[in-house]
Parts: sequence; C-alpha cells; structure tokens
Amino acid sequence: MLIKSIQRELLLSMRRPADLLNPLVFFVLVVSLFPLGISPSDEVLKEIAPGVIWVAALLSTLLSMEVMFRNDFEDGSLEQMSISPQPFLVLVGGKIVGQWLVSGLPLVLMSPVLAVMLALSEEGIKAMFISLLLGTPILSLLGSIGAGLTIGLKKGGALIAILILPLYIPVLILGTHMIIAAEQGVSYSGDVLWLAAILALSISLAPFATTESVRIALSDG
Amino acid sequence: MWNWLHKLGSPKSFFAISERLLPWFGTLALLFLSVGIVWGLLFAPPDYQQGDTARIMFVHVPASILAQSSYMMMASAGVVFLVWRIKLAEIALQCAAPIGASLTFLALVTGSIWGKPMWGTWWVWDARLTSTLVLFFLFMGIIALRSAMENRASAGRATSLLAVVGLVNLPIIKFSVDWWNTLHQSSSFSLTQKPAMPIEMWFPLLLMVIGFYFFFFSVWMMRIRTEVLIRERRADWVKRLVLTMKNKRDMKHAV
Amino acid sequence: MLDVKNLYCERNQGLLFEALSFSLKPGKVIQIKGPNGAGKTTLLRILCGLFGEFEGEVLWDLEKHPIYLGHKAGVKDLLTVTENLNWLCELQQNYPSSDQIKKALIEVGLLAYKDVMAGQLSEGQKKRVSLARLYLINSPVWLLDEPFSAIDVEGLTKLEERMRGYVEGGGSIILTSHQMVNIDQDVTELLLKGANSC
Repeated sequence: MLIKSIQRELLLSMRRPADLLNPLVFFVLVVSLFPLGISPSDEVLKEIAPGVIWVAALLSTLLSMEVMFRNDFEDGSLEQMSISPQPFLVLVGGKIVGQWLVSGLPLVLMSPVLAVMLALSEEGIKAMFISLLLGTPILSLLGSIGAGLTIGLKKGGALIAILILPLYIPVLILGTHMIIAAEQGVSYSGDVLWLAAILALSISLAPFATTESVRIALSDG
Repeated sequence: MWNWLHKLGSPKSFFAISERLLPWFGTLALLFLSVGIVWGLLFAPPDYQQGDTARIMFVHVPASILAQSSYMMMASAGVVFLVWRIKLAEIALQCAAPIGASLTFLALVTGSIWGKPMWGTWWVWDARLTSTLVLFFLFMGIIALRSAMENRASAGRATSLLAVVGLVNLPIIKFSVDWWNTLHQSSSFSLTQKPAMPIEMWFPLLLMVIGFYFFFFSVWMMRIRTEVLIRERRADWVKRLVLTMKNKRDMKHAV
Repeated sequence: MLDVKNLYCERNQGLLFEALSFSLKPGKVIQIKGPNGAGKTTLLRILCGLFGEFEGEVLWDLEKHPIYLGHKAGVKDLLTVTENLNWLCELQQNYPSSDQIKKALIEVGLLAYKDVMAGQLSEGQKKRVSLARLYLINSPVWLLDEPFSAIDVEGLTKLEERMRGYVEGGGSIILTSHQMVNIDQDVTELLLKGANSC
C-alpha cells in the first residue's frame, strides 16, 4: 500500500506538472537573485553560496509543502484515507515520500548547476549535493507536520512558515557548514553523520506527528 | 499522588484549589520580586568588570530561565494532553504561550540592552541570544496557530502537537546553534559564562528567579481560571459560582 | 452491531446533542433528521471516526469497515473515473476486477465516462462515482451523508433500489436526508433538535 500511495502521488503530480515545476523554478529564481542583488564577483559568490542555496531550498520546500494535503483535503480523498482500514500512517508516509520525490529530489538534482553558477569548487559541489540529498527529506518530513496542521486554514501560507522554519534551523546550520568545510578543504564527515542522524530521527517520528495533525485537521473540517 | 493529580485535572477542583493558592503565589511573587530587585539594583556590589551595567542581569537572567522553562512546562502540558486527554492540560498550554512569549521577549530586549555597552552594538549573534530568538519564534508559532484555528477543541490538539514537536526539536536546535556559534565566534565575551559570581550578587539573583517563577505561576493560574470559566460556562458549578458572586456584590451595594 | 450510548457533543460553543443513545441492528435503516446545523453531519462523522471531540460511547461490532459517503465525494479531479474507483476500493481493501468496475459503472450510469478525468464531471456525477462503491465493496454498514442530493430522478430510483436490495440482504444504513426514503422498509427516524447555543 505504501508503494501504491507513492505511485498515486507521482501520477497526480505528473498530471499537474505546474506543481512539480513551480517550486523548482522558484528555487532557481531565488538563487539567481543574489548575484544580481549583491555582486557577481566569484569571491563574494563563494562566500554566500552555501547559505543562499540552502535558504532557497528551505523556502521552495515550504512552497510545495503548502499544497501537499490541500487538494486531497478539499475533494474529500483525505477523509476517505483516514477512515479506511488501510493504515493511515502508511498512506500519509506514501504522500510524504511522493512529495519529496517530486519536489525535493528535482531540487537536489538541479543544485549542481546553480552551484557552478555561484562559483563553488568541485569539492564544495559534492558536499552540497550530499547535504541536500540528506537534508531535503528532513525538510519534507518536518514540513509535512506543518502542512497537516494548516490544512484547513485560510491563511495557511504564512502560518506554515512560522510553524516550520524554526525547526529547519539545525538542517540549515549543518547543511551550510558542510559546504563551507568542503570549500576550506576540511573533513565534513561529522556533519554527514549528524544530518543522517537527524534524518533517521525524523523518519521515525515525523510521520506519526503528521498523521495526528491530519486527523486534527479532518475533525475540524 | 495519582489521585490528587487526577483531581487537579478536573476544571472544577482546579478552580477551587487555585482559588486558595493564588493569593499565596501572588504575595510571594510580589515579595521575592521587590526584595530581589531592590537588593540587586541598589545594594548588591557592582560587577568588577562591567560595573553597574551588569545589574540588568537581575532581570535578564530570570527572564531567560523562565523563557526556557515556561516552554518546557507548556510542552509538558501538551504531552499530558495528548497522552491522557486531560482538558485542563490543553487549557494550561494555551494560557502559558503568551506569558512565555512575553518573558522570552523580555529576555531578548534586556539581553540586547545589556549588549549595547558590552559589545557596542544592540545585537550580537551570540549563542544564547540566538537560541532565545528561536525560542521566541517557537512561541509565536503556537500563538499564531492558536489564533488561526476557530474550533477550540482542534486548536487545543493542534497546539499540543506543535508544542511537543517543538520540545523534541529544541535540544537539537539549541545544540546546533551553540555549535554554529563556536564556528563563527567573533566576540570572546559571553553574557553568562563569567567568572564565579560573588555570593552577594548570587543571592538576590536567586530571589529574582524564584520571584519570576511565582509571578509566572500566578499569571498562569489567573489565565487558566478565566479560560476555565469561559469553557465551562454551561456547567452547573459555574452558574452557581457566578450567582453567589453576583449576590455578594448586590449585598455590598445594599450596604 | 452499533451501540451509541449517552453521546454528548458541543461544537463552536453550541450544544449539538446530549444523552443521545440509539443502536443499529443488521438489516435496519436509520435516517437522521433535523434542521440545518443540528449536527447530522457531525453525528455521522463521529460514527465513522472522523470527529473525536465528544463524550459518551460509540461501540461498533463489525468485521469490515463501513462505507462512508461524505459531502465531499473523495473523487480526485486528476484521476480517471476508473482510477478513482480502483483507489477507493483499495482503500477499503477490495480489489475489484475491471469487469466488476464496468458493471458498477453501468449501474450508476457512468460507463461512457470510464476513462474520463473526474475533473470533467459534474458534482452529481462525481457523487455517482463514489456511490459506485456501493456495488463493489462488501461492507456491513453504509454511512451516507445526503446521498440523494445532486442526484437526478433516475439515479435516485436506482439508488433506492440498491438500498432496498442491500437491506434485504442484511445490510444496515445510517443516512442523513431531508427527503423521504422510499425503500419499503421500516426506517427509524432519529430527530436532532438543533443547536441550543448560549
């Protein structure tokens, strides 16, 4: 059922490519604003690149999070899922995985191009790729809690940012530090382990919280 | 113990117990705070390095301590509510959030004022201040979520869940901010890590901390009492209570 | 199969119902009636487990999950009618063959739309997609919230016919509806008086 739920999620986003593309375009756009706004010199870009890429990744994940449950909530699919004899946790888990595959993964794959544009070295690009690969699933998992809590609310957009962004801070710190360390030629294996640990923790806890938050939203609707 | 807790969990007995406790807590808060503040600001010796500026710590330190522990208490109420579904816990949680947020704000403001003479600037990305700022964001999240949800019952569950998620994340956030700070440290001075404090300063500080706790509990209780009355307004005991209070007032007027 | 004891529920500061008790036996129909805002939908949502803020007991004794039809059909615009129906059945742990799906679609008059995206259907047609489950899934109880709304006369007769057959076969239905239900069976009415707000 997990696989079916993921498949369904993928099928749905294939049929509405805008949902898939918008966060990615947003990501690229935000990153390219910085050289325009600050300075196109390699020195400056190198300095700001880790932070810029990561902050853009946080924001674009947030953007895609907002719609994660909304459609399913509005057409009643979500309530059918929650009362079905299939384990709701698995269905929600499938949605989270699907969400990451269509919004997190493209972002990870796109990032090396941006990193080149921001003058990162090869080592830095590698570190950034790994950090995003480990970090974006955490963003999806934590974000899904906020998405669940704000499902039925009218002013969901700004609210989900207030709820979730503070929780993203550790990922931001670790992720950017990995890139900085790589740029300086220092080992960053410690950060990798930390990110992996946080990922493991999120995988084991976040789906429960998300499931509960969706149930709360459903009982409100 | 369990029985007692259970009893406290019912809004009615909470109302009765808090009725008796509240004057005590209020008086003690007033007492500790006034003694602590006068002692701290007027009589305690000035800091040997910072002079009189350090006196702001008599407000800043208790506020920071309370900011953190009020989040802990709020989130524990959330745990209690999610696990045992005790309604009062959820009321307590929602009532604690604005107080906690104000105390966190106070800690931030006093920290920044303290920073001005020490660092020469209003804001430094010091580990303590930064994690207090994040804490403030967490409080704001709870308040924002609460005000966005119209239905009381689901707002209670949602804020409890969010508080608990925050509680799990808080140590990770704190750790990462501390670690981040050691990486980027530019100033070698930290507000709270200083050589051992002389007892003459330490003691009024302790009084202030205790006073802040009593203050927090008094305000918390008052807020919970109000909320309990609103929620339980259909219950018989509330109706009777309001009637007796009205009668008392009428009697006074008559006299 | 269902026992409801002493149900108490308030919502948005209004008392919906208190001391509400009733029970449902196999082969019986309960129609929940009452003015708008009396809590008909809330009661159904409590029964199917969507809404948990109540006091009292709801005891189900079932081997299979009920089918719930809410205000929202649970039909996704971006899936075809067949895909929708397949998913809805899988949710109920039913895995119908394409023949069975075809038959159900004939019953609800949607065979021509088999491979059409549900987004192009009208509200009534979406509801029929959801109602097609009643021909596919073997469930002891149906919980139907306003099943007749947005359904045309022909569909209504069909639906009543299906209900009749289902109840005769020992199935039970709890439904909310403002109109008379014509299924030759005793329909127990459950009247909700309405919110006493104060």
